[in-house]
Amino acid sequence: MALDEIKIGGLGASRRRVEDNRFIRGKGQYVDDIVLPGMLHMEILRSPVAHARIKSIDVSAAWEIPGVRLVLTGEMMAARNLAWMPTLSYDTQAVLATDKVRFQGQEVAAVIADDPYIAKDACQAIVVEYEMLPVIVNPDQAKASDAPLIRDDKENQPTNKIFDWEIGDKAGTDKAFAEADKISKIELHYPRSHPSPLESCGSIADFNRATGKLTVYMTTQAPHIIRAAVAMVAELPEHMIRIVSPDLGGGFGNKVPVYPGYVISILASILTERPVKWIEDKSGNLISTGFGRDVYLEGEMALRKDGKILGVRMHTISDHGAFYADAQPSKFKIGLMHSAFACYDIPAAHLTATGYYTNKAPGGVAYRCSFRVTEAMFFQERMVQAAADDLGIDQAEFRRMNFVKDDMFPYRTAFGFLTDSGQYAKCLDIGLEAIGYKNFKAEQEEARKRGRLLGIGISTMTEPLGAGNSREYDIIGIKMFDSAELRVHMTGKALLRTGAKSQGQGHETTWAQIVAHELGIPAEDVVVEEGDTDTAPFGMGTYASRSTPVAGAAVAMVSRKIRAKARKIAAHLLEVSEEDIEWELGRFYVRSNQERGVTIQDCAMAAYSNVPDGLEPGLENNAYYDPPNLTWPFAAYLAKVEIDPETGVWDVLKMVAVDDCGVRINPMIVEGQIMGGLTEAYAMASMQYITFDEEGNCIGSNFMDYLLPTAWETPGFELHEVVTPCPHHPIGAKGIGECATVGGPAAFVNAVMNAIHHTGVRNVDMPLMPNRVYEAIQTGKDISGMPPVRSGN
Amino acid sequence: MYPSRFGYESPKSVAEAVALLDQFGGEAKVLAGGQSLVPMLKLRFAAPEMLIDINNIDGLRYHRVDPDGSIHIGALCRHEDLEFSDVIAKSQPTIAAAAHLVADPIVRTRGTFVGSVCHADPQGDWAAAMIALDGRIVAQGPKGKREIAMKNFVSGPFQNALAFNELAVEAIIPAPKGVARGGYLKLERRVGDFATASVAVSLDMVGDTIARAGIALAGVGGHTIDATEAASVLVGKTLTAESIAAAATAVAAAADPRTDHRGSSDYKRHIVETFVSRILTGIANTSQKAA
Repeated sequence: MALDEIKIGGLGASRRRVEDNRFIRGKGQYVDDIVLPGMLHMEILRSPVAHARIKSIDVSAAWEIPGVRLVLTGEMMAARNLAWMPTLSYDTQAVLATDKVRFQGQEVAAVIADDPYIAKDACQAIVVEYEMLPVIVNPDQAKASDAPLIRDDKENQPTNKIFDWEIGDKAGTDKAFAEADKISKIELHYPRSHPSPLESCGSIADFNRATGKLTVYMTTQAPHIIRAAVAMVAELPEHMIRIVSPDLGGGFGNKVPVYPGYVISILASILTERPVKWIEDKSGNLISTGFGRDVYLEGEMALRKDGKILGVRMHTISDHGAFYADAQPSKFKIGLMHSAFACYDIPAAHLTATGYYTNKAPGGVAYRCSFRVTEAMFFQERMVQAAADDLGIDQAEFRRMNFVKDDMFPYRTAFGFLTDSGQYAKCLDIGLEAIGYKNFKAEQEEARKRGRLLGIGISTMTEPLGAGNSREYDIIGIKMFDSAELRVHMTGKALLRTGAKSQGQGHETTWAQIVAHELGIPAEDVVVEEGDTDTAPFGMGTYASRSTPVAGAAVAMVSRKIRAKARKIAAHLLEVSEEDIEWELGRFYVRSNQERGVTIQDCAMAAYSNVPDGLEPGLENNAYYDPPNLTWPFAAYLAKVEIDPETGVWDVLKMVAVDDCGVRINPMIVEGQIMGGLTEAYAMASMQYITFDEEGNCIGSNFMDYLLPTAWETPGFELHEVVTPCPHHPIGAKGIGECATVGGPAAFVNAVMNAIHHTGVRNVDMPLMPNRVYEAIQTGKDISGMPPVRSGN
Repeated sequence: MYPSRFGYESPKSVAEAVALLDQFGGEAKVLAGGQSLVPMLKLRFAAPEMLIDINNIDGLRYHRVDPDGSIHIGALCRHEDLEFSDVIAKSQPTIAAAAHLVADPIVRTRGTFVGSVCHADPQGDWAAAMIALDGRIVAQGPKGKREIAMKNFVSGPFQNALAFNELAVEAIIPAPKGVARGGYLKLERRVGDFATASVAVSLDMVGDTIARAGIALAGVGGHTIDATEAASVLVGKTLTAESIAAAATAVAAAADPRTDHRGSSDYKRHIVETFVSRILTGIANTSQKAA
């Protein structure tokens, strides 16, 4: 009898998360929980100003404080060729400033001491003399002809422009616009945001002079990339570097890059020959580590009067801060921005992008996002809403008529992606039904007569998740694939390791479910390990919703290799030829006699005790998986809001999410991912942003200024599902971790815009804070750009 | 987030606490709920030589209504004590309305009413409520106790009228002339955010007539704003559409907001006007229902 897959915790089982057993008991092991004998503590002195030449650094008073072991400055780093390091986008970034500081919060010096209090005291005792320089806080200032040059350290960098880039068909798009009945335009700003994981970044570097081995415990989503980067930056042999990423308190893209703190702690350990711990405080995390977004998006849509979209033009102006440190596939200068409009059948599209340096923190990480896909989908759905409004066509109908239809797959998008599956209209229809769209216009009209402002916003999108394939996707030249290694022990229990790295996604739970599905070994009999480069097989890490599409596929493939070998053993045990054997979950049996069979556990025992002649003993293997394509989940998000016209406060009356991420491994975890993503989408739409005053001071350096929504504000979510399996993924799964963050913001913004459509307002830029919504209603004018910052006070 | 070095004392009596304050001559800080002080220590915005933790002094965690109708709130009364208090719900509508809007539920379990008033944050809720209620603070120093009227207590942003060697031991809300009516509204971008604008209203009503009107504002000036003078247009009147509008306009004029990332000064003034009107209209409506 085949096993009941749900009972053994296979595909589709809402199995409780294995890792939560330790997390809820306070037994998680985060970097800061690790204490090594003789460990010292490091604290970083950061620049209080955004742009200044360093005239002098006096560290003498810091050295005099008892308990101080080492004080490092840029000059000392430079002496070891470590003052600068490469970024993930082929730029360089200062580790400790030598010449200038280029953003507020930049690393200027570091103190290593017996305890973190002493280190902090000593940082305060360091005297730095700055000569102030003019500050640039946005691309407009960066491109001004008299703008000060931020990157005067670089050769061939005469201006603050980082790149001009384009993709798509310019001529075809020009033709589409020439033939259009109507052209609809929109200009948007996607504010700078920060992933702000609960746990900030940190490391413990432990260099052992006797063995020559460097072990670094660190908060990284991609330990193998870090190992390669450390080997290159620190010029240490790769086999003598061990990166351990223990439990992580969230990542959201923030823990992909290499940060100065990691590098400094490594040098400090080499110099002191003691373990050195660096734990960033929350402000340090917010002001210096990888941010997301900060893009100006403008574009237009060529339309036929019947509603057909003929073409799209997009231009993005991105603000990358002082160093171009985007974490993204190297071929694409503005990430996968050109995934915009992938769910619509549009003949021609053209995207141009320009990136600038500013005196702000570097980053441009994929904050819960597959490389700028969030900005792409936000622009797409705001553009679509504006076009529908301009044409006077119902917003749902306009989307439906332009969708790529179910029978059009595989479909080549105007920007060149190949989408392969989906049921877009079905998802939208489920959403419309759930939100109560049918009678909404009457309800809206009726409510308006009584002074109430109601709106429904829609956001529908498919997005590319799961980079590579390796033909097109690499990070600093390292191709994007993943691997898994499975060892089945003699008693049928198993150890699975992958090159991904869970930060809360629940890999320890879900990878075991894939093994259970493929081999019939109960999920509870499979232990999953990740994050230690000495034991985990190679992988590109976890971000951009790529774990299930890539590493998860590798788990299925290695399980199938194990099953193939077990089949040979089963034939031996059953004394029949391999061809006469059938598989059902957990068991091989003789085709002619289903009663005669052996379990996978029997095969495991035999692999170590009764191996047929000519077969290697043991039951373990590995698999590398290079995906043939990205996976393309689809989502329809619908929000219904009510605005208080006297205050501009808006409430979400209902939020509906219809997600099609293909086969769901663990529905409970998928739902958790969607709810988390919707919460971040609501955050982005309503309150979560970082801005800078004209002096380059970061407004958003703490949680009083940088607002994360709490359970109190966050609306309830109603979730629905559609399942269109991914045609190329071994178990039919697609990425899901980021869909709601990517597609969600436009649903909220479109809802508020729908509610105030009668005022003539076309756009209020995020965050839709009450004062901005109120002002739009009062004036009937668009609200663009960031909220003004404090004046005095 | 590592504070500077500081000493720590945990006195067992008010007298002992006052003696310590006196001994450290202004270099000591009192730790009650710690919800503002501890973050300031961690950010090194505050670096006192000595922390005097009053949490181990018995008999300071109370709130009660005396037979004369006055309300007394002890130095260790937590926000949540007031939030979940039947006595407050029955007798003091301004406090009752504000109690669940102070910070967030986590802060409310630990933070104290009196500590918040002493902190005198221009955006703090309790200082505004206490001014509207015409409350008093009981300060105990080496030479004994004195009472300080709220309108004289907050002397500026983060400044109060306590001498360095005085401990605020109690807040007193005087008995109303007639029936205490009131309300509190706050606009914040998120729970726990500082107020974009807050309005505290306290009315003493004899029948339908307003015998005393106190209104104070938070978040719309460099310090807590006492708008009682503006509110005086209500005294001797009943709540009508006209009197409500007049009061709302007058109070909004008393606000002194600045444009910042929470909104323009005009917007904040408008919110003050809207909130005054909403609170007063709410009072008028419930009075009508009661009648």
